[in-house]
Amino acid sequence: MTTVAIVPPAADLSAAPTMWGWVGGTLRRHPTAIAGGIVLLLMVAVAVLAPWLGTGDPLAVIPTRRLKPPSAQFWFGTDMLGRDVYSRVIYGSRVSLTVGLSVAVIATTIGLAIGLVTGFLRRVDAIVMRVMDGLMSIPPVLLAIALIALTKASLGNVVFAIAVSEVPRVVRLVRSLVLTLREQPYVEAAIASGTRLPLILIRHILPNTTAPLLVQATYICASAMITEAILSFIGAGTPPDIPSWGNIMAESRSLIQIAGTLLLFPGIFLSLTVLSVNLLGDGMRDALDPRLARRM
Amino acid sequence: MLSYALRRLAATIPVMGVVALFVFSLLYLAPGDPAAVIAGDIATEEDIARIRARLGLDEPYLVRFGTWLWALLHGDLGTSIFTGLPVTTLIGQRVEPTLALTLCTLVVAVALAVPLGVIAAARAGSFLDRVVMAVSVLGFSVPVFVLAYGLVLLFAVELEWLPVQGYSSITKGLGPFVQHMILPSVALGITYMALIARITRASMLDVLAQDYVRTAHAKGLAPSAVLIQHALKNAAVPIVTIIGIGVALLIGGVVVTETVFAIPGIGRLTVDAILRRDYPIIQGVTLLFSAVYVLVNLLVDLSYPLFDPRIRY
Repeated sequence: MTTVAIVPPAADLSAAPTMWGWVGGTLRRHPTAIAGGIVLLLMVAVAVLAPWLGTGDPLAVIPTRRLKPPSAQFWFGTDMLGRDVYSRVIYGSRVSLTVGLSVAVIATTIGLAIGLVTGFLRRVDAIVMRVMDGLMSIPPVLLAIALIALTKASLGNVVFAIAVSEVPRVVRLVRSLVLTLREQPYVEAAIASGTRLPLILIRHILPNTTAPLLVQATYICASAMITEAILSFIGAGTPPDIPSWGNIMAESRSLIQIAGTLLLFPGIFLSLTVLSVNLLGDGMRDALDPRLARRM
Repeated sequence: MLSYALRRLAATIPVMGVVALFVFSLLYLAPGDPAAVIAGDIATEEDIARIRARLGLDEPYLVRFGTWLWALLHGDLGTSIFTGLPVTTLIGQRVEPTLALTLCTLVVAVALAVPLGVIAAARAGSFLDRVVMAVSVLGFSVPVFVLAYGLVLLFAVELEWLPVQGYSSITKGLGPFVQHMILPSVALGITYMALIARITRASMLDVLAQDYVRTAHAKGLAPSAVLIQHALKNAAVPIVTIIGIGVALLIGGVVVTETVFAIPGIGRLTVDAILRRDYPIIQGVTLLFSAVYVLVNLLVDLSYPLFDPRIRY
């Protein structure tokens, strides 16, 4: 490929674009990412405003109204216990979003901490990376299942199990960034001038990892929401007394031939939310890495 | 080549060691006392203590790990708490459906995704390219079981073209086998396909921008020959790599797919084991699947010279 290096026009330094301004500009050029952001915001609004969206008690069991088809009164119908599926699906958004966001934050934070340290300390690196290799060779869903089987089903444990299964990939990413960054002249200069390691990490390395980590965190959020639904669906996730999209689908599993819509609505909500997070992630990745944007 | 293969095989030992340690710790930390379960309801404290001593449950952690590992290396994965049968027997009975499902999915997904990725790259920016990319984003976002139920509702419940669930062994005839495999394979394979198609397209775009591709075009080669013989072969290494890495998706997905379609495979065994807290089975399945995953990726590594003679071991 022939690339001609073009000298950038002398920019007015006072108007030098900030990273975030640049991200914003690129997001505007990616309408799908905007669409993803809007859908995600809507979902967050739905989760926050759940009690005021025409919902009833999502746990109210009323046997006289079992398995009603969707109607003006029960928008998504009722399940086999007579619970209003619309209310359950709306409240279910809280579980998915909470799990997605918590896992993204926890996994990136832990992964960042481990990655920063291992990238700089050779001796720790050898051991930690063997452990990470081992954990990464267990398929993530299976790892989460194995961890959750140890504990009682609760939302906190679900978040913990999924976060642990996502950590090794974050460590890998951060470590590879650190290994490149520490060869940079400005880091060498900092080492040479006797800057302490913690300060080097915080001042010189950390800021350069935020952009790729942000993209990674978005993808982790999407994948965590899927894993939560999978765990709930096979009965190893969110406890049955909390309506989550995976739970709702699991409970209606046997009714696929008589009341398929019970499975359809939570499925659509779940897919739409995950899709919006993925689109947002793709948009951010394109904005932060134009070289990759051309190809993916 | 052989010495390289052996060295790589040796390198998987520490990795599998970590997996084994993790899986063992799982059982070690698991709530419940196997000795009390075996002893039954009317057992006294002394009975339980005797059984604990006989099973070696009162030994320290590392000693127990050693004993467990030694048994493992002799093909003993322990005994299921619920059924009392050896875990290897239980897994052995369930291998066929899982193997059939994953292999069908793997073959179909690769056979579809690679050409789609190649065409998308060759016609980058075209309508077809956009469709392939859009479907691949969707493929990442729709969870296996959601797609599975969507397919069941449409093709099995509404149209009644295919069975809703169940499994028919290939030994009972190809027709029923294929009928029962179509929906599970599509549901399981879509994310995998999305991943492969994406990487194929990206890798092809890189190669198509190379000078030698322009030369091949310039000397008058047919476009298809350029695409397949020159470009695809050079783009193959990342594609093969992602096919190997993506097997993790298939393994995670198989647990869910077998539940949706009531396929009596290892995935279904796992789900039943979780519900009954049958730890030795969960342990055995985790070990087995991880070993398969590690081996697949080892084979992928060793296959690189087939695609790129510059890589030599």
